[in-house]
Order: sequence, then C-alpha cells, then structure tokens
Amino acid sequence: MFARLFSRLFSQDAPRSRVLLVLLLAVFIGLAFAPFLVHGAKPLNVAAKICIFIVLVASFDLLLGYTGIVSFAHTMFFGIGAYGVAIGFTRLGPNWGALAAGIAGALMLSLLLSLLIGLFSLRVRAIFYAMITLAVASAFQTLASQLSDFTGGEDGLNFKLPEVLTPGFSLREEPFLGVSLDGKLISYYLVFVAAVILFLLMLRVVNSPFGRVLQAIRENDFRAEALGYRTVVYRTLSNVLSAGFATLAGALLALWLRYNGPDTSLSFEIMIDILLMVVIGGMGTMYGAVIGAALFIIAQNYLQDLMKLGSEALAGVPLLANLIHPDRWLLWLGVLFILSVYYFPTGVVGRLRKS
Amino acid sequence: MSAPLLTLEGVHTHIGAYHILHGVDLVVPRGELTMLLGRNGAGKTTTLRTIMGLWKASTGRVTFDGRDITAAQTPAIAQAGVAYVPENMGIFADLTVSENMVLAARGAKSAEAIDAKRLDWIFSLFPALKKFWLHPAGLLSGGQKQMLAVARAIVEPRALLLIDEPSKGLAPSIIQNMIVAFRELKGTDTTILLVEQNFNFARQLGDSVAVMDDGRIVHSGAMAELAEDEDLQQKLLGLSLAAHQ
Amino acid sequence: MSTSIPAPAAASTDALPRTRLDYIPLLLAPALALIALPLIGSFPTWVTLTIAGLAMGMIIFIIASGLTLVFGLMDILNFGHGVFIALGAFLATTVLGSMADWTASESLWRNLLAVLPAMVVAMGVAGAVGLAFERIIIKPVYGQHLKQILITMGGMIVGEELIKVIWGPQQIPLPLPGGFKGAILLGEAAVEKYRLIAVVIGLAVFASMFWVLARTKLGLLIRAGVQDREMVESLGYRIERLFVGVFVAGSALAGLGGVMWGLYQQNVVPQMGAQVNVLIFIVIIIGGLGSTGGCFIGALLMGLLANYSGFLAPKVALFSNIGLMVCILLWRPQGLYPVAKR
Repeated sequence: MFARLFSRLFSQDAPRSRVLLVLLLAVFIGLAFAPFLVHGAKPLNVAAKICIFIVLVASFDLLLGYTGIVSFAHTMFFGIGAYGVAIGFTRLGPNWGALAAGIAGALMLSLLLSLLIGLFSLRVRAIFYAMITLAVASAFQTLASQLSDFTGGEDGLNFKLPEVLTPGFSLREEPFLGVSLDGKLISYYLVFVAAVILFLLMLRVVNSPFGRVLQAIRENDFRAEALGYRTVVYRTLSNVLSAGFATLAGALLALWLRYNGPDTSLSFEIMIDILLMVVIGGMGTMYGAVIGAALFIIAQNYLQDLMKLGSEALAGVPLLANLIHPDRWLLWLGVLFILSVYYFPTGVVGRLRKS
Repeated sequence: MSAPLLTLEGVHTHIGAYHILHGVDLVVPRGELTMLLGRNGAGKTTTLRTIMGLWKASTGRVTFDGRDITAAQTPAIAQAGVAYVPENMGIFADLTVSENMVLAARGAKSAEAIDAKRLDWIFSLFPALKKFWLHPAGLLSGGQKQMLAVARAIVEPRALLLIDEPSKGLAPSIIQNMIVAFRELKGTDTTILLVEQNFNFARQLGDSVAVMDDGRIVHSGAMAELAEDEDLQQKLLGLSLAAHQ
Repeated sequence: MSTSIPAPAAASTDALPRTRLDYIPLLLAPALALIALPLIGSFPTWVTLTIAGLAMGMIIFIIASGLTLVFGLMDILNFGHGVFIALGAFLATTVLGSMADWTASESLWRNLLAVLPAMVVAMGVAGAVGLAFERIIIKPVYGQHLKQILITMGGMIVGEELIKVIWGPQQIPLPLPGGFKGAILLGEAAVEKYRLIAVVIGLAVFASMFWVLARTKLGLLIRAGVQDREMVESLGYRIERLFVGVFVAGSALAGLGGVMWGLYQQNVVPQMGAQVNVLIFIVIIIGGLGSTGGCFIGALLMGLLANYSGFLAPKVALFSNIGLMVCILLWRPQGLYPVAKR
C-alpha cells in the first residue's frame, strides 16, 4: 500500500536506478534535517539555497528538457517573484497579506510576460528566440536597477518578515536536539516544504498526458502537429508553467534572504548557473535538477575550500596556482559542463539510469 | 563494349527510419543517355542523391569509373567528374547568372576565365542565359532557371551528368529546347543519367532505360525496345506512349 | 576575353525588371542623423556626437561581422564570440604595456607602430584560438542547435575564467597612446582623434570585407554557401574547409574589435565578453542573421542612437539598443536584409 501511495506521490516517475535513489534520498534527508545536521548560518544558507534552486532548475528543465526551448529569460521570472515579495513586504508591512499580495502580483506579471514571450517564440527560429530572450533579460535587469523608487535600484530592498519567521521569535524556550526553535528554523522549513510541494507538482505536470505531448513536440513538432496537437498551445502553456514555478522559487528566495536586489536574482551569472545545473544534472529528467542543484551549490560553497588547499600547495608555480585558485572553481565546472553536453547529454541522472 | 561508367549493386538507402531504396542494381553504360523512369515516390531522386553522396547508402556498392565511391564525400565525387542537377535546380538566387556559372566552373577564377568556346556553345543552346548574364538568377523564370542549372553542369566537361526531372513544369516549347540541348550533349561523349516522368521526353533521348518502383529497378534495357512494346509500357508506367503528352 | 559576354544591362530590352537595390535600410542611418540635428540644437555638438556614434558603430561592426558571417554560412550561433573580443582586448594590454615608451610618445606614427603589433597579435591569437574552438568545441555539434547554444556558452564561461587565470580577475586599464588622445577641431566641433581613427579602420575593414565578398571567388563561395550549402558541395567544393576559414576570420575580426573596444573604453574586464555578447546579438538580429551589409547598418544605427540618446535623454539611453531592435523587428521581422535561404 505504501508503495502505491509513494508511486502516486511521485507521479509514477521512478528514479530507475539504485544509485540515483540513494543519492536522492541522501539529498532529501540532508535537506529535511539540515538544521539538526549542521550548525551555523552558512550551512543552513546552503541548504535553503539548494531547496530554492531545485525548484528553479526543475522549472527550467520543464522548458528546456521537456519542451526543447532554450530561453535565457528565466532569471527574469525568478527576479519577478523575488521582487514581488520584496516590494510587497516593503510597501505593505511584514504581514501575511503582504506576502500573498506580493506573490499574486508577481505571478500575474509572470503570466503575462511568459504568454507574450511564449507566443513570440513560436514565430521565430530557436536561435533567434534564444538571442532575444538574452536581450530581454538584460534589459529587464537594467530596468529593475533603474526603477529605484519601486525596486530600490542598485541597492535593492531590505525588508522585515512576519514575526513568526524572524530570528527573534521562539516557539519554545529550550532548544530541541541542540537547535533553537526560532523563526529562522521555521523559515527554513517553510522554504523546504514549499520546495518539496512545488517539485512534486512539477513532477506531476511532466508525467501527465500534457507532459507527454510536450516531449513528443520536443522530438518532432511536425509530427506532433500532424497528429493533431496544437503545438502552439502546448508550447505556450509550458512557457507559462515554467515561468510560474520560477516565480514561486523567486518568492522563496526573497523570503529566505529578507533582501532582494538586481544581482540577487536577475544576474546573468545565475542564468549560467542554472544552465550548468540542468545540464550536469540531466536534462529532461526533473531529478536532474535535484542532483544538479545539490552538486553545484555544494561545490560553489565548499569546493573552493578544497581548491584553496591545492592552490596553496602549488603556490610557487604561477600559472598552475592560478588554475586551481579557489576563485576559479567556475572554470572547472564549465569544463564539466562542456564535457556533459558531449558525453553525458542526459547528465548524471541519465548516466546512472543507463548503468 | 566498354565497361559501364557507373554501377550500383544492391544499394539500400535509409533516411532516418525510412527504408527508401531496397537493393538497387543499376548499370549506366559509358557515353550513353540512360533514362531512369518511374512514378512519384519510386526512389529516383533518392538514387541520384545516393550516387552523389548526399545521402549515404546503408549497404551495397556504388562504382564510378572503376572506383568505389559508396562512402565518398560529395565534393570528392563532384571532383571526380560527376555533375548533379537537382530537382529543385539548386540555383543561387542572390547570385547573378554569371556568378552561378563561375562557381560551377571550378577551373575559372572569374567569368572571363571560363572557356569562351564552351560558353558560346552554351549560349547557342540557351540564349536566355546570355541575355540575362548579369541579372540575379532568382529573377529568371522557371524554364530559364532550369536552363541555368543544366548549363552549370556542362560549363566544364564532366564524365557523368546526373539530372533530375529537367522538364518538370516547363512549357512544351522550352522542353523542345532541352531536348535539342541534350541531343547535342550526347554528341560530346558525356554519360548522362536522366530522371524523368515525361515519357515522351524520355523516349526521344534515351538510349537505355531503367524503370524504378518501390525502391527497386523493375526493368532495364534498351529504350527502343520499351518504346515499341506498349503492353510493357502500360505495365511498368501505367500508360501508353500515345496517351501520354 | 570572350566577345559573347554582353555589356552591363544598359541594353535593356529585357522582360526582366532591373535589379532594384533595396535602398531603404541604407537611408536609415543618415535619416537618424538628420532627425537628431534639430533635437540636439547645436551643430558642433551634433558633429561630435555623430562622429562618436559612427566610431562606436564601426567598432561594433568589426566585432559583430564575424558572428553574422559565421551564422549565415555555417548556421552556427557562437554564444562564445565574446571570448575572442575579450581575448583581443587583454592581449592589447599586454602588448601595449610592453611598449610603454612608444605609446607614451606623442607622435602619431610611433603610436600606430605600437598599436599595429597589438592588433596583429590580437588577430593572430584570436584566430588561432578560434581554430581550436571550432575544431574542438563546435565541430562535434554541427547541426544540433540546442547543443551548440549550450556548448558555446560553456566555451564562454571557460574562456572567461581562463582569461582570469592568465591576467587576473580584476580590471586592467588600457590607456590610449599619447598621440591618439585629445581632440581636433573641425570648425567649432571637437572631434576625438581616436574616434576618427576608429571610423577609418572600420571603413577599411568593411571595404575589404565587401571587396572579398563581392569580387573574389572565395566571396562567391561564401555567398553561395549561405544560401545552399549542399549545392556548393555538389559543385565540388569542400565547404567544411570554408567553414573553418570563415570561423577563424570571424574570430580574428573579433580580436581586432576587442583591441579597439578596449581602447575605446580605456579599460578591460574579464566579463567584457559576456557584456558585449548581448550587444552584438542585438546588432545581428537588427541587420538580419547572415547579412554583412545589414550588420554594418545596424551597428551604425546602434552607435548613433546610443550617442544621441545618451546626450538627449540619458535614462532612455540604457534601453536604446533593445528599443531599436523592437522597432526594426516590427518593421521587418527578419531584420534589415534577410538572407534568402533555400
């Protein structure tokens, strides 16, 4: 009975690989019990970020892996979600109504924009579309930093959260298993639970008949059209859904950071990070987002420490030291990315599933 | 009798999942004009493209002038002396007629360097090309484009011409022009493999004929024989000479 | 010379219409300049801004021309094109840095003799890296657009990081050589010397590209290849070699452009590749993917518009590029000079 329940929860999308199952469980348990497993602000930050990026990258996978559309405007929706919450709390005060208003407003804007962009994408070739989304995302970032009255400009917006989520708030005086039950903990679990729900929802979407048609369109849109599916509708819907989930991920980000600025959510660096995560993790698998995000963010924060050791060891050799310098971790991830596109186009997940 | 210039043995070609050629065996005698007939979808264009290397045969062998060209690359095949006139003519629309010809004349760096005698002969066959020499080829009429396509194939001497439906969509008077041109071409010791659906056109020019159906050669032999045997024509092509054009 | 080749279409008893050059896009840049004149008010200011705009446009053209040519011919969009630009700029800092006494000099000729090697080195190295880039990164994914986008992006990430490895992650100043600095007076208008030089170099590059494309057989092959690759191969040309050649040339041009862009900004940062990427994509979209002429006009329009709007309405200026793109696409959805593919 449990098996059936589980299967439905995961929309019959099984990991199909022992190792993958183990990895996914590890990530899940790690995230679920993060506040109890690690201590300090930084590790908890890393865990929260992984939760948020799992949702963001999964939403990108919906677009890229399942529908076959390359869009560089994804960070735009991420930013809209983040700004929505930020502006909501800034303007309407630290209450739940503000959160709801912020999210609702952000979702509406994302819906509108993704509809426009989605319809536009159908009139032009993929490469043309990719370039234009690049330009649009860049313009949006500039816009966000220029409308300083509204968005706080370059400095961004700092805001307060409802009392329950603030560090000052405590559920109980005594700590539980060594962890104080304060607002920060509650915030973390809010983010975690939301991320889990959103991810499972996306899993449901891609495993539904809708999702299957998307994949058919990705493989051969002529044939899909000939079979009677209005590819226009499906593609646009995919765009909208993908944007919606990205927006919600952005809302979670703002909630966690209690801050948002143009660089926090709209920068091109984040777009590149998403690309790296989805490709290395595995395009068109959803679980790839989990693996990719976890791998990447842990590397981003801890690989550098490893590289530092190596760099210090090679301090004498000029060029080599530079290559292993912790700041250059992106170089190696970039190389891994290129190798992934060639040799593991289905990413880590695909590789695990083959063996 | 000299060895055939081109032979196909058991050639199968797949396009993606589709199995188009099912073991084509074809012999193109040297110095003759061989017609490749058959209805739409029989695999004639695929055969030409496979010879030219644009699509690769999955099994079988293509031999040209004693050399196995089955796996050869298209530019190498062209350089070996094969000229291809595709069904869509392959005219470079933004380039002028002159520029199209210069490209086809591999030995010429510019229009002036093209063999003048050869060019005069081509102009005598296709006067329109001389008239519109400096005009963009895209502005030519369908028939003129077809003439340009053929002219490109003969601007320099080639051993083998592969021509795909040169008379398609052309007015009867222009088709006559074409027939005259091909007759003159035959005189120059060039081997021609011509794909056609217009049997009248075929009959006036062909020395040998091969008929394709469903990706196979179902008949081959001398054109004269087929032209006389109306029953055979009916069976192979679903028509008799008198009824068709 | 054959006497049967007729004289140019003066003797037109043809039924064919004469080839009409699509001249409207050619008028756009002059039109923009003329519209700006009354808005700016002052003629000398207008001259300064116009020359600044043309100079910027020329540099943008040099950078973007390689990209559009590669795309037109090979159907490959190199999201990593920015890497060659950055490479050129950083090489310039090294080469010019080592020739400090020549660049400090006021003499224009000594400066040129310093900048020229910088340009040659930039072009050479960028070209060589381009060759490696094409063979190693791009060739395996011919025809697979999705992978191309991803892989060339990856190439850019790696390239940017490697630049940081070699030159360090911080920005490096690239001061103009002594003789390039300052302005000359055209009447009452102050025109920066370097801008004039940029215009001259830009025109020279454009003219040479035009000459090669229009008057040589190589150019003929490229123009034909853009339209129908398969037919060019059927005519006996190894188009893959042409691809590589064009890619290398495009990368070399990007290197040259990088040197000039670096001198224009007087500053180079490792992220300049990514920053410039958006700009050049907008330019080639405006011009029409694959059209060199369109790229030229688009670049000029962009340069002029950026300078005019920077003066007239600085807030708007940040969006001038994307605004220009939207306007042009609304008028001609395929760009100024769409390339007719088979």
